[in-house]
Amino acid sequence: MAGESRTVPRNPLRDPRDRRLTRIAGPSALVLFGVTGDLAKKKLLPAMYDLAQRGLLPPAFSLVGFGRRDWSDEEFADYVRAAVEASSRTTFDETVWDQFRGGLRFVSGAFDDEAAYVRLDEVLAELETSRGTRGNTAFYLSIPPDWFEAVSHHLADQGLADRSQPADGPWRRVVIEKPFGHDLASAQELNAVIERVFPSDAVFRIDHYLGKETVQNILAFRFANRMFEPLWNAEHVDHVQITMAEDIGIGGRASYYDGVGAARDVIQNHLLQLLAFTAMEEPISFDADHLRAEKEKVLEAVTVPDTPEGLAGASARGQYTSGWQGGEQVTGFLDEEGFNPASVTETYAALKVGIRTRRWQGVPFYLRAGKRLGRRVTEIAVVFKKPPHLLFPVHDGDEFGQNVIVIRVQPDEGVTIRFASKVPGTQTEIRDVTMDFGYGHAFTEDSPEAYERLILDVLLGEPPLFPRQAEVELSWRIVDPFEEHWASLGTQPEPYAPGTWGPPSADALMARDGRSWRRP
Amino acid sequence: MKIRMQDTTTSQVAKRITQLREKSGVVTLGRVLTLVISTDDAGIESAVQAANAASLEHPCRIIVLALGDPAAPTRLDAEIRVGGDAGASDVVVLWCAGENAHADESLVSGLLLPDAPIVAWWPGVPPEVPSATALGRLAHRRITDTASASAAEPALWALRAGHHEGDTDLAWTRLTLWRIQVAGIFDTLDVATLRSVTVDGAPDSPSTMLLAAWLTLTLKVPVTIAHSKVGHGIRAVRLRCTDGDVVLSRSQSQVARLYQQGRPVQRISLPRRTIQDCLAEELRRLDPDEVFGAVLHQGLPRTDLSPVQASER
Repeated sequence: MAGESRTVPRNPLRDPRDRRLTRIAGPSALVLFGVTGDLAKKKLLPAMYDLAQRGLLPPAFSLVGFGRRDWSDEEFADYVRAAVEASSRTTFDETVWDQFRGGLRFVSGAFDDEAAYVRLDEVLAELETSRGTRGNTAFYLSIPPDWFEAVSHHLADQGLADRSQPADGPWRRVVIEKPFGHDLASAQELNAVIERVFPSDAVFRIDHYLGKETVQNILAFRFANRMFEPLWNAEHVDHVQITMAEDIGIGGRASYYDGVGAARDVIQNHLLQLLAFTAMEEPISFDADHLRAEKEKVLEAVTVPDTPEGLAGASARGQYTSGWQGGEQVTGFLDEEGFNPASVTETYAALKVGIRTRRWQGVPFYLRAGKRLGRRVTEIAVVFKKPPHLLFPVHDGDEFGQNVIVIRVQPDEGVTIRFASKVPGTQTEIRDVTMDFGYGHAFTEDSPEAYERLILDVLLGEPPLFPRQAEVELSWRIVDPFEEHWASLGTQPEPYAPGTWGPPSADALMARDGRSWRRP
Repeated sequence: MKIRMQDTTTSQVAKRITQLREKSGVVTLGRVLTLVISTDDAGIESAVQAANAASLEHPCRIIVLALGDPAAPTRLDAEIRVGGDAGASDVVVLWCAGENAHADESLVSGLLLPDAPIVAWWPGVPPEVPSATALGRLAHRRITDTASASAAEPALWALRAGHHEGDTDLAWTRLTLWRIQVAGIFDTLDVATLRSVTVDGAPDSPSTMLLAAWLTLTLKVPVTIAHSKVGHGIRAVRLRCTDGDVVLSRSQSQVARLYQQGRPVQRISLPRRTIQDCLAEELRRLDPDEVFGAVLHQGLPRTDLSPVQASER
């Protein structure tokens, strides 16, 4: 996928050895649907300002807000400024803001209001002459997927998007956020809607986990080092645990969450992407095609039980109850205000899957995600087999000797290695110790937000960090059997107290294999 | 916390640092490099301040060698700064007088972090051949600053004469934002239409000459230097093309303007870089900057350094 430099010969000033020269995005505009949403306010708008502050946005960059509010450009600018001042990572700078502000426009209208798209067309044309955007446009759909059809349809009608983008014309890209459907069939349907209007390489699916430095570091950790990769296989690894825990409840997302649940909400996308990074083979380069091919390969090799008994034995689900958590009384899932009290939606899900490759044959991958758990943490733990305890005596119940590499994705980003060490004294007592690498200690205190990296990549036309439709569909193939199994049961998920680590069935899932969950 | 040690040795300083680590949990783990700063007494605080700020991006141990009077009685005083007084680093200042006033390896080797790369920085007047000094031989990367010299052009020729792989100069680092923007112009501009280039900058700025040398080397068209007012660094880059001029210019503000035929004027944030910005950029990559080497060795001799008067626009 080429950027806007398609028709221009090689740039003599770009020398691959000259790594001080960062690439700035070419002239372009971004149309943001859903400007008043939480994501736009807390993440997207501040991230765009931060990019401008770091000098990575083109001078022509223009941001068009599209929404129902009856705003003027000035009112929109005030709104953006408030969002930036509240949440930007870099310090607010009047000069940068003035320049950024010059490209702010607002188009008022409903998503299905044809006249509004005519105005959008006019605004984009105006920006082309007044700011020099050269017609390059990214459409960021930060809106519920129900609206994708209407929006893309109107964009096409207005001639703002076209499947057959001429190679020498301006580019048009579309950015969409999860959820990419609620099962395989709906994901395919949704994709058909988008790809009717945008060619597949112009569709950027955001999984913001892939913008995180720690997730990209998994590849560096594995493939830029000599000492881990030789052990990274079934010969040495006992099992892998991938955890994404939140200490908050569903709060304001109640209406969205009912019928979705933990497995669809985060396991299908974030956790399976983490699994792919952890388990994939080394790609031959960082090219989007190579990286995605390896991820798809490993996702395709994931095995899921195919009998109801198998599925029951390889999964657990729960719902948090009311109770005390960390000194405050919290409301149970079914008692959340305005919520369906008979909901069978799970707030905790644990799955056990295998990977049918030579590297991972027989190594279970345990994935768990939940709300109102012990603390907020996302991490990957690679647990190694016990060594043969010949020299050092093993006492019953001793937990030592099982080496673990923990990749902490958030918070407190870093890597921990657990290994056994002798306790000082005359006896040969062994105890596990941890060795810790903290990102914040060894590197910059302010690493860029995930969205900064991803928005920049969209404008540059760099797709490696965006999952392809194939990955989305493969992920649904993994999650769907569990969802169908749970739906067929018609029973209530098992309750668990807030602030704990999930329902007893989750512990039973591990106990059946003679293992236990780590306490993250 | 600052700990002053009078008339001491580096081994006592190293011991004290280990004690601090054990007692108060002040750790130096996770440091990625050792930065050795060679300066005079007056330059200590400004150098440490810049290095501390840069250490937020690259946690490091900072060793400051304040070389005093070689004729004075031989003596070594030290100060250890940790915690709030040291950013994300720990700082050791060594005041060296008498026999110690010649920086040699033994003075610092006990304080270097194991395995971590070493960067040497001369904020003031650099040695003739940085890589030939005791400190330079030890370091993986040597940073000088020709902007501190009184005359820019002789300083650049001296820099070229003494340049070895791994040497870098902050006059080059100050250019990075300009270079990014100029390179950005050629992402959409066909270089075949380019006829000539004028770099408009202050005569006292080695950066102006380095920018001209870089463009001479890469663009293969005539590059002229136009001198504007002293003390303002680079003012503009004018690209003369067959279908009109492209001009990137910055007056005294932080914002540059990009003029292009038939296109709206664009404003680009192009702030003057602080010393800590430049230092942080230098610490980001520790392998030799080959492009800088090529600009010095091949670009500079080909560059027309005789200035013309700047146009008024």
